[in-house]
Amino acid sequence: MDENINIDEASCEMIKKAAEEGVEIVFDRAAKMKPCPIGAVGQCCKNCMMGPCRLAGKDAEEKHGVCGASLGVIAARNLMRMIAAGTSCHGDHGRDMAFTLLAAAKGEAPGYEVKDVKKLHKVAGWLDIKTEGREKNEIGIDVANACINMFSQQTGELAYIKKAPKKRQELWRKLGIAQRGIDREVVELMNRTNIGMDQDIDNLVMQGFRCALANGWGGSMISSDIQDILFGTPTPIRGKVNLGVLKEDYVNIVVHGHEPTLSEMIAVVSMDPEIIKYAESKGAKGVNLSGICCTANEVLMRHGIPSAGNFLQQELAVLTGAVEAMIVDVQCIMSSLPKVAECYHSKIITTNRKAKITGATYMEFDEHNAVESAKEIIKMAIDNYPNRGKVNIPHIKTQDMVVGFTDETITYMLGGTYRGSYRPLNDAIISGRIRGVVGIVGCNNPKVATDDVHVALAKELIKNDVLIVVTGCSGITNAKAGLLVPEAKDLAGPGLREICETVGIPPVLHAGSCVDNSRILIACTHMVEEGGLGDDISDLPVVGVAPGWMSEKAISIGHYTIASGLLTIFGVAFPVTGSKEMSDMVFNKYADLVGGKFAFEEDPIKIAELCLKHIDEKRKLLGIDKAQERVLYDMEKRRELEA
Amino acid sequence: MSKIILAGAIRGAHLVVNRVEKKINEAIEKFGAGKTVELPNTGYYLPVIYGILGEKISKLEDMPKIIAKCRELLPPEPSSDLWLPYLGAGLDAGMATLWAYDMEEALKYLEDPLPYLVAEDSTDDQLWLGAADDVILRKRGVEFVDGSAPGFAAIVGAAPTNEIAVKLAKELQEKNLYVFLASDNHGKTMSEQLREEGVQLGWNTRLVPFGYDTSAAIHAMGFATRAALAFGGVEPGDYKRILRYNKNRIFAFVLALGEVTDEQYAAAAGVINYGFPTIADSDIPQILPTGVCTYEHVVSNVKYDEMVEKAIEVRGLKIQITKVPVPVSYGPAFEGERIKKEQMHVEFAGPKAVGFELVTMKESDEVKDGLCEVIGPDLADMETGSRQPLAVMVEVSGRKMQSDFEPILERQIHHLLNGAEGVLHIGQRDIVWIRVSKKAKESGLTLEHFGAIIHAKFHSEFNNILDKVQVKIYTEEAKVNELLELARNKYAERDARLKGLTDEAVDLYYSCTLCQSFAPNHVCVISPERSGLCGAYNWLDGKAAFEINPTGPNQPLEKGSTIDPVKGQWDGINKFICGASNNAIEKFNAYSMMEDPMTSCGCFEAIAVLLPMANGIMVVDRDFTGMTPCGMQFSTLAGSVGGGQQTPGFVGISKLYIVSKKFISADGGLPRLAWMPKHLKEFFKDFIIKRAQEDGLGDFYNMIATEENCTTEEEVMEFMTKMNHPALTMDPML
Repeated sequence: MDENINIDEASCEMIKKAAEEGVEIVFDRAAKMKPCPIGAVGQCCKNCMMGPCRLAGKDAEEKHGVCGASLGVIAARNLMRMIAAGTSCHGDHGRDMAFTLLAAAKGEAPGYEVKDVKKLHKVAGWLDIKTEGREKNEIGIDVANACINMFSQQTGELAYIKKAPKKRQELWRKLGIAQRGIDREVVELMNRTNIGMDQDIDNLVMQGFRCALANGWGGSMISSDIQDILFGTPTPIRGKVNLGVLKEDYVNIVVHGHEPTLSEMIAVVSMDPEIIKYAESKGAKGVNLSGICCTANEVLMRHGIPSAGNFLQQELAVLTGAVEAMIVDVQCIMSSLPKVAECYHSKIITTNRKAKITGATYMEFDEHNAVESAKEIIKMAIDNYPNRGKVNIPHIKTQDMVVGFTDETITYMLGGTYRGSYRPLNDAIISGRIRGVVGIVGCNNPKVATDDVHVALAKELIKNDVLIVVTGCSGITNAKAGLLVPEAKDLAGPGLREICETVGIPPVLHAGSCVDNSRILIACTHMVEEGGLGDDISDLPVVGVAPGWMSEKAISIGHYTIASGLLTIFGVAFPVTGSKEMSDMVFNKYADLVGGKFAFEEDPIKIAELCLKHIDEKRKLLGIDKAQERVLYDMEKRRELEA
Repeated sequence: MSKIILAGAIRGAHLVVNRVEKKINEAIEKFGAGKTVELPNTGYYLPVIYGILGEKISKLEDMPKIIAKCRELLPPEPSSDLWLPYLGAGLDAGMATLWAYDMEEALKYLEDPLPYLVAEDSTDDQLWLGAADDVILRKRGVEFVDGSAPGFAAIVGAAPTNEIAVKLAKELQEKNLYVFLASDNHGKTMSEQLREEGVQLGWNTRLVPFGYDTSAAIHAMGFATRAALAFGGVEPGDYKRILRYNKNRIFAFVLALGEVTDEQYAAAAGVINYGFPTIADSDIPQILPTGVCTYEHVVSNVKYDEMVEKAIEVRGLKIQITKVPVPVSYGPAFEGERIKKEQMHVEFAGPKAVGFELVTMKESDEVKDGLCEVIGPDLADMETGSRQPLAVMVEVSGRKMQSDFEPILERQIHHLLNGAEGVLHIGQRDIVWIRVSKKAKESGLTLEHFGAIIHAKFHSEFNNILDKVQVKIYTEEAKVNELLELARNKYAERDARLKGLTDEAVDLYYSCTLCQSFAPNHVCVISPERSGLCGAYNWLDGKAAFEINPTGPNQPLEKGSTIDPVKGQWDGINKFICGASNNAIEKFNAYSMMEDPMTSCGCFEAIAVLLPMANGIMVVDRDFTGMTPCGMQFSTLAGSVGGGQQTPGFVGISKLYIVSKKFISADGGLPRLAWMPKHLKEFFKDFIIKRAQEDGLGDFYNMIATEENCTTEEEVMEFMTKMNHPALTMDPML
């Protein structure tokens, strides 16, 4: 096995098995594939057929593309197109959710309903939709339509902008990057990066920000909000992770992808006595559902359904020979799955017309007929159970975890139903018990030390009293390493440990899937609004890190995080480093524009150092780098307090 | 770590809710579901439940739904490993405990004999006082409003020795804090410890023994919750504001003495919801991170001699105490102390001996600051049990001193001397009556100390107007008699001057926003003929207070041009009210209760209420707990009047305003008065007769009905007709 692959023990077993059985998997392909050095640093332009132009070599900075584009412009256009792609992914996700809500509220999608009325009212409030005296489905229809309209909106600004701190909103308006409509920003960015269009880097990156904001404070946020409305806002719940969650005597169904619409229904239907009976009739004890990637995160934090692993475990799950069906929806599905599955009995079932794979079985999932679709898919999996060959589930103890730390959870867990607020968190930061907060998010990448970039970073930071929030594949990775259990407090510094012990939380908080990064933005906004930590997100001692990123979605997320005011550190590689001009833009000038900027660092310990340096700088600016004086209140001072 | 505390709290909450549910079921079985259940004389039902949930519990059948709400909140106990977050859950469990306690204590009022004494002070036979009624709430609430009581300590359990119990209580009293006592430690309570040591217990000494059970601690929270409702103008059910009000206005804390039980943990968790931390003597875990409370939540292992200081620091409380050089304890908490005949060393003046107090202004060179002279025998020379003459002559000078301030300073002597433990002071001027206890004399107290108290406190409280203070105390009868003549001349002079002080005679009124620490939306406008509705501040007080503290809560208000002399509306005053109420109130009529009347905080002494059929009004003061002709008791009425709103037909007033010439003069004045409680009517007998004579109302005093004549509006009408009450023929009020 490649020595670069630093991964959990259960995965190691399967990687070894793949080698023994001659099955090619992602790690083999990564080892064989030498990344294109020109593309990796943003020096290649294939936006027209006068090229492709490669502006490589020592004199790359002086070179121009056939159209005359400078290296900076080429690097910028490439990066911006990644934003557009990422925003379109999360946008389409949100759009699908909005249409599901609309169908559910209209009663046209049996099996779905407005489950979380409190959240519905909250979202309606942001969208200026009246709730008083109205029935939930009536409100649901209005909320769904308002969300759908955010995609087609052409002018003005998205209603969700109002969720950001006032100062941040004003900055966006001043810079002209307040997003007008989600689809419009993607289209305009694609247009602007076409041959012969926007060739002024300063101008181009502004549309990049606007398009990214249409993701973070748009598509992603819509996704999270509507998923909460339809499936319930997550609350802390226990779960298990790693390939060991597959069960030998059960029909194993793995849901994989990003949208919870189908997986929610599969979760419900798999409990159906009729289905269990059917499974038994095929010799199984029942149906065992588990997840991969962000679909796993969604069903994990709402139902405690175990996670078999992250993006890099998808092939390994099939390798166990125990998976009857891997049901995939959208995003991060490897093309290789049907090929790996060919070696075993597993069926790869694609369900979304936007994401078919040659060699897979396509069974369209229709939310208007969700129960039947789900039953049909599960039955197919059950029918496949008798076809099993040798099963080899890693006999490593599955790892426990506690997940489901949304913005709403944080409010509740810090004060209960009656005194819930961010005050204790802000106080903990101000007092220095918590030095700062770092969001570790994003993908796993076989090119870098896989799990370790996430885990070593998290460990180093909690040791230094930094509270960690994780989402997406980083969440699952840290879960596998045992950092998502409350007992992991013992790995934290004394201040953070005291907070963990006071509240009863792990030092690493799982906030959900990758669209749920928008939850982190809301949490940051609450920290600002609670007071004592400045008046904008950019004042907070908070950093975002994507140490193992690979998807274009990460570039879009990174940009909306930066546009929201935060330092964002990327590992692996950064696709503009081939251009000095564009490097200067993303690593320096971004900060002058919007307060946040990128930093690039591969080594997790060095990333931690960068985080701590930034956090300490922010603490100093806030004046909380030294012990705070205890204010004692006499009658006069009391009158100044809100009552 | 806090897991131990919160797990204990959650276990305790389950225990309490289960127990109370059982008791409710038993009570329903015994008395029937329709049985009325209430706390004595309150308009706030079971106050914690009413405040937090907005639910009015008045019958047994209302209780099971609250138990169901408790159960919704009750979380499972945190597991030993892989636990889920427990802080929020533990606080919820605490809240459920408080609701259960609220009901458990209310059930006690169905017991026979009643386990509580419905009174202000404990007696020898009955220690436990249970819930404070609304009379106590409003009376004591004013002290929280003006800062004379900076907060309260709720003590659960018992000290290891009686001596420590007394020391703790005294220290808290000296810090002017109220002390609310409940719950036992292995069968012993701090209340019993204090009683064993002969300490006077009750609201008057600020040491309030609520009850033996931990559930009785709920009466502290009932008091706190009602403060938010009564003074803060918070709507029942607006739990966010109730709890914020308590965190930011009521500076209370818990002292846990002895081993902490699960049930006490549950209660402590409930109380943290209010922002009140717990300070424990035992070695329990701590919760130091801040945020629900202002500072730490639980601090433990605190030594007894540091406990009060620590608690004050943890709560974030600043208490400024002027050290008074006397050999006995000193503070407002001792003002309510009684001295019985057998405890008494001597008494001065009173009904059977001569005596008076007088403060006069002098030129600077006539006053030697700090001089405290006793002319005649001192306490040690007097026979125990004897009655003695006394003259207290205080002479002051200062650049900002005015003769108008003399009576204000003089009135202070009452509470200043009363504040010394072992000194009882009643009355003022030449109707003063003072007792000194044997214990105080044995501690070394002398009459010179009286001078020292007045000197020290005058300097600390009136520093801005006073430069020098000297005190001469005379105890020889001949001399006292001689000086008495001088004093009486001075009193007569003052009374004559006050009479000329009318609203028209001055250009400035004074605002009073003292209450805004408690009632954030209310402003009083004090004019010479209308004192503040709490009865504690008149126009001269406002004037003096402004001199003492130019940026304080009493500011001079330019009347400006007169908009309506009859209704009492001035443009300068309107402008001020508009700004001070955040534009909520645009105008205000000083002399009308029917049109744009003054707003009310919660501290009014009395309420004037329109009786529409009678074409007149009734006035009820907070000491009257019976039903009134308007169909509401004072406590209920108070709930609808307070909170800084203008409510035509209802107005909060000071008692003294009733006999002012400007008493609702725009609506017809005194002749409108059709009903008032007997004790209030008798208190003002001479004034009312005099005012009636001036206005040619004949035998008006006897035309005013009291509860002895009638309690419904119809009956008032009948009485008025019988007596030929003038209001019947006046213009319609509506």
